[in-house]
Amino acid sequence: MKNSVTRRSMLASLGGAVASLMSLAAARTAKAAVQKVFVTTSAPKDYDPHAHKWLMCLDVDKCIGCGLCVDACKTENHVPQGPTFFRTWIERYIIKKPKPGSGEARGEVVVDSPNGGRDGFPPTLVPREEILKSFFVPKLCNLCEHSPCVQVCPVGATFDSPDGAVLVDPKYCIGCGFCIQACPYGCRFLNPETKTAEKCTLCYHRITRGLKPACVEICPTEARIFGDLKNPVEHDPIQAFIQKNKVNSLKPHLGTNPRVMYANLDKEVR
Amino acid sequence: MALDVTNIVVETLPRFEGYVYPNESGTHPLWGFLIVLYPYITGLVAGAFIMASLVRVFRVKPLEPVYRLSLLTALAFLLCATLPLLFHLGHPERSYQIMITPHLTSPMAIFGFVYAWYLMAVLLLELWFDYREDFVHWSHKTSGIQGIIYRLFTLGVTDTSEKAVALDLKVGWIISIIGIPSAFLLHGYVGFIFGSIKANPWWGNVLMPIIFILSAMVSGIALCVFNYMFLTWVRRRKLDMRCLDVMGMFLFYALVIDATVEALDWIHRNYSAEEGFNVIEYMAKEKLFYTLTIGQVLLGTLIPLLLLGTLQVARKYIPEAARKRIYFTCASFILAGVFAMRWNVVMGGQFFSKSLRGVMSYKLEFAGAEGWLMGLVLLSLPFIILTVLIKLFLSEKLPTSGHIPHRAETDSGEG
Repeated sequence: MKNSVTRRSMLASLGGAVASLMSLAAARTAKAAVQKVFVTTSAPKDYDPHAHKWLMCLDVDKCIGCGLCVDACKTENHVPQGPTFFRTWIERYIIKKPKPGSGEARGEVVVDSPNGGRDGFPPTLVPREEILKSFFVPKLCNLCEHSPCVQVCPVGATFDSPDGAVLVDPKYCIGCGFCIQACPYGCRFLNPETKTAEKCTLCYHRITRGLKPACVEICPTEARIFGDLKNPVEHDPIQAFIQKNKVNSLKPHLGTNPRVMYANLDKEVR
Repeated sequence: MALDVTNIVVETLPRFEGYVYPNESGTHPLWGFLIVLYPYITGLVAGAFIMASLVRVFRVKPLEPVYRLSLLTALAFLLCATLPLLFHLGHPERSYQIMITPHLTSPMAIFGFVYAWYLMAVLLLELWFDYREDFVHWSHKTSGIQGIIYRLFTLGVTDTSEKAVALDLKVGWIISIIGIPSAFLLHGYVGFIFGSIKANPWWGNVLMPIIFILSAMVSGIALCVFNYMFLTWVRRRKLDMRCLDVMGMFLFYALVIDATVEALDWIHRNYSAEEGFNVIEYMAKEKLFYTLTIGQVLLGTLIPLLLLGTLQVARKYIPEAARKRIYFTCASFILAGVFAMRWNVVMGGQFFSKSLRGVMSYKLEFAGAEGWLMGLVLLSLPFIILTVLIKLFLSEKLPTSGHIPHRAETDSGEG
């Protein structure tokens, strides 16, 4: 029987494989070049996104739920007013004592976030003696390594910046809402004025000019820690945070690999 | 408040229960009534095409009377399939970006190409090869605008020799074979748009594309039954009972498979009871009781299964008039049931918070882009297009070539 794999066919398929690999690389370069020209970000012209890797971490035990971060974010980023549009917000968790004789370790969990926590939190309706413990959890974009929002965008208007931020190009977004559905953390919303998707950018216009995000800047208890993993400073707060704490991320089972890390996170937080 | 006074607002249950992420608590769900219509219409296209393929590829001879009607139904609905998507976009004027700069990992981006492929490479081509000979004859027989239309549609190919017609039939048959997986792809892909959202336990499910394909077949066949009976009634003609019985049989078998797979999905969800199952269970029992339990399960599945099943075993004993009524009732119930299924998928997925701690409810308004008036207009549009298509291409005044599509292969083989 004649051997079906000849040298010629072997060489041809090898050549084909190499050519397709090369064209893949070329396509990637072309895509990067096109992005550079067409993608609109709020960074200054001389900013190199490859030279940085931004990260925010949060210490749940330090958050006092004052809401200054939410207010600062809304003001700084012109986030639409109203209780349904937030780039960052605070949740209050109240874990009740278990009912006597129930055999449970803890009771019902009550969560709220009135106006995203912007005005602080009113006294809870749960009677004091029924509360086992309570805490506040600041929320923002989780900066996923495998961001489902980026994966599903039909036109590539939302993208992973090389510096770790996940951005939306408002001049390109078609407003289909697919990314909002795909975000497991509820971090995105459709801006009613621009009709485009919007989310936390880590205050991209500030961090690319050497400033901290507004929420980090204003936090009175340093519950929000921000830094550049590629350019650690002396006594770097991010490095210290990771060294000192046992950290966790939200919904790790979804495989989105959130880069945002929380210290002292309770299992009830989703 | 002014809006509520001028608008008929249907609101059930309190707006929120439990905790909902602030960004999720807007006045409307992000994907409203229009997005319910999108998978519904697309499913009808795929189902109607499969119905036509039964004649062409699987040679189900009794279904010949509905062959062309099924294809035209598929076309009329396909032309409208993307309209709900387009109207719901924040920036419809940028929609062309999906086609010229598609993001290849996005199910929605690839859908644009699947849709274009199905419309251009499958449906229009199959129709053209099927109709070409008739177009040539009709263009000679009719004058005026209608004549010009037929002449234009021949695309200048006016050869009606036996050899040319045999080629038409052969190519049509090949396209039909390509069309079956394409129709599955079209609607399977719609299922994937929802099934790929792992953030949402109601949607993120590997069975979703399969359930969508099966329910599409059921709804498409039901639509063909409905259209055939309605058209015959309008034209005061006699129904071909053999054709109707066979359509009923296929409808029954498709429904059995569809119901089985959907039941399997529920059993699996119940048994594995993963994170989020509590909220899904609550939704099924409370929030979606009318559309899921009553609409989808009882009216859309169980009653038609019972009625059509009875007809399969005891057809001989049931008089024609009663059978007609049963088929019409079943087709209507199934069409409504599959609509309820689309509603349950699209709305159900947005009725609970991704925090899995709370549920929301929906305000279905009368007016506005996402109101039910707009939905009704969009849903009647394919029927209006279909009426025009029937007037032009299924006219009683114009004789057809009489070629039997399912004999294409043997015809050309003999030739």
